[in-house]
Amino acid sequence: MTADQDLSDEIVATVRQWVERDVIPNASEFEHADEFPEAMFEQMCEFGLFGATIGIEYGGLGLDITTYARLIEELARGWMSLAGILNTHKIGATMIERYGTDEQRQRYLPQMVDGSFRAAFSLSEPDAGSDTRALRCKAVPDGDEYIINGTKMWVTNGVRAKLVMLLARTPDDRITCFLVEKEPGPSHGGISVSRTIPKLGYKGVETVEMSYVDHRVPAAAVLGGDEGLGQGLGYALSALELGRINIAARAVGVGQAAFEAAMRYAQERETFGQPIIGHQAIAFKLSEMATKLQAARLMTYDAARRYDSGERADMEAGMAKLFASEAAFEIATDAMRIHGGNGYTQEYPVERYFRDTPLMIIGEGTSEIQKMVIARKLLERYPAT
Amino acid sequence: MNVVVCVKQIPDPADPGELDPETKTLKRDSKLILDESDSYGVEMALQLVDAAGEGEVTLVSMAPNNEVGGLRTALAMGAASAVLVSDEALAGTDALGTAKVLAAAIGRTSPDLVLAATESSDGYTGTVPAQVAELLGLPSVTFAKEIAVDGGGVHVKRQTEDGYDSVECPMPCLVSVTAGVVEPRYPSFKGIMAAKSKPVDEVTVADLGIDAGSVGWAGGGQEIVGIEPAPARESGEVIEDEGDAHERIVAFLDELKVL
Repeated sequence: MTADQDLSDEIVATVRQWVERDVIPNASEFEHADEFPEAMFEQMCEFGLFGATIGIEYGGLGLDITTYARLIEELARGWMSLAGILNTHKIGATMIERYGTDEQRQRYLPQMVDGSFRAAFSLSEPDAGSDTRALRCKAVPDGDEYIINGTKMWVTNGVRAKLVMLLARTPDDRITCFLVEKEPGPSHGGISVSRTIPKLGYKGVETVEMSYVDHRVPAAAVLGGDEGLGQGLGYALSALELGRINIAARAVGVGQAAFEAAMRYAQERETFGQPIIGHQAIAFKLSEMATKLQAARLMTYDAARRYDSGERADMEAGMAKLFASEAAFEIATDAMRIHGGNGYTQEYPVERYFRDTPLMIIGEGTSEIQKMVIARKLLERYPAT
Repeated sequence: MNVVVCVKQIPDPADPGELDPETKTLKRDSKLILDESDSYGVEMALQLVDAAGEGEVTLVSMAPNNEVGGLRTALAMGAASAVLVSDEALAGTDALGTAKVLAAAIGRTSPDLVLAATESSDGYTGTVPAQVAELLGLPSVTFAKEIAVDGGGVHVKRQTEDGYDSVECPMPCLVSVTAGVVEPRYPSFKGIMAAKSKPVDEVTVADLGIDAGSVGWAGGGQEIVGIEPAPARESGEVIEDEGDAHERIVAFLDELKVL
């Protein structure tokens, strides 16, 4: 669905205003303390961000992905972790909306619009990241239930989520997605949070290792019902198309923040009798940063627009994610270099951008995986004649 | 409980304002936004209606063109409807003329309470709320930092230099609200969407039974005789520490008689 442009602009402007007033002045403090930003989360719920793209028929707002990407960009400009609080939920909601049975859609989506019932996404394992074929988490049928055993890694929002989109292997060696309900907290039934993973950046939002020991879920928890058996990986990879647009938009947001910080500092800081922006070495850096940022933004919006128009956007999403994440890391590094010694301190926010940007290069498929995705799609689009 | 909030749409203070040398007034041909001073009154009104459990918030505004952008912001926050007095004849209207127009528009409804900011962020006369109250024959309480409704009246904590006065006043009445006393809510996305279809009743001065000659440039009881740019702020004195910086700072503060 395509939102009315004025409406989209107004929604984005409202979030921008909030980010400028309430997020930017406080983000580094929460980030350094690795503290979940309750008040910011509450405001995100108040805005309706968690139901922003869920269909109107389920109580959501039905906003398009282009608007969603712009919102993610604004959040990440303030603090990248806020976009992370939202993203796994968005992936979960999209998978249910797209592949769930009617009953699953009616059961979950209306609860998911206000942020009180949030989803996590759980594909990766200690020995299965980019190589999804190595997935070992098992789901064995037992009467009307499945018994789940295994360990999952990198589960963002794993503690606070009430629903985990869990990818597990059934005895027929196929991968199925299960809708695993749980209470927020460190354990529930056979599920326990075995470790909170300490990270370089992306703080404030929990990323955990989760263990499943003989955890039972009803057979009705298979996403898509009987038709969904063995389809889990396809569902997950398709939802990651959106996840990649999200990561690209986050990269644009953090890149924008780093660029703005550098631009400001270059005009304030004086050396050799003039603001450092007067030195060509700095001015050229800023020009290159702004150019990369513009390209990253346009690629991200282009991928989002393709998605909205109903076209396959996996190649474009991969390209946007690849380019924007690498660009954001370069921009954050250059912003730090422009800040000199100050950039290496916690007195300025650029050190946070510098620590946050590598996540976008690695998360939701590394740059190398994106290149594989792009190459595969290129071969599809340009078959040998 | 029905509350009317007087709101003004002003040029965005984030953009540099410009004075028109001909009319000696602020140029208002760019996009107008809700005066931030008014967002406190809107928030307070929404809270009072929420607490009462019934009623609604109506906005009353006046603009020479039919600008509604700022009104939509307040409607997105939760106000139910707006009355916009929009008429070319209003260009150049002074504070008393504004009060006449607002009072006439408010008079068409019968609110329990009228709220206004203490002053607008562009005109700064600070006289309109009391004038509106006088014209409507309502009691007025100024500089409210807190309002509670009890029975047929309001209890107002009225900000003073030293603290606050506790004032009780029967309703209907007009209360002007001090900026910064409540945290104006951000509109929700649903609120922004809903605001697009909330009613904005556009009326002219004639609709209000006001003679066009009594407002605008023609009806002005005051004349702006001259305008000049505010002097640029001079840079402060930088004290380089050569071992005696603390003494020089103390001497400077002493000179200001703040020690």
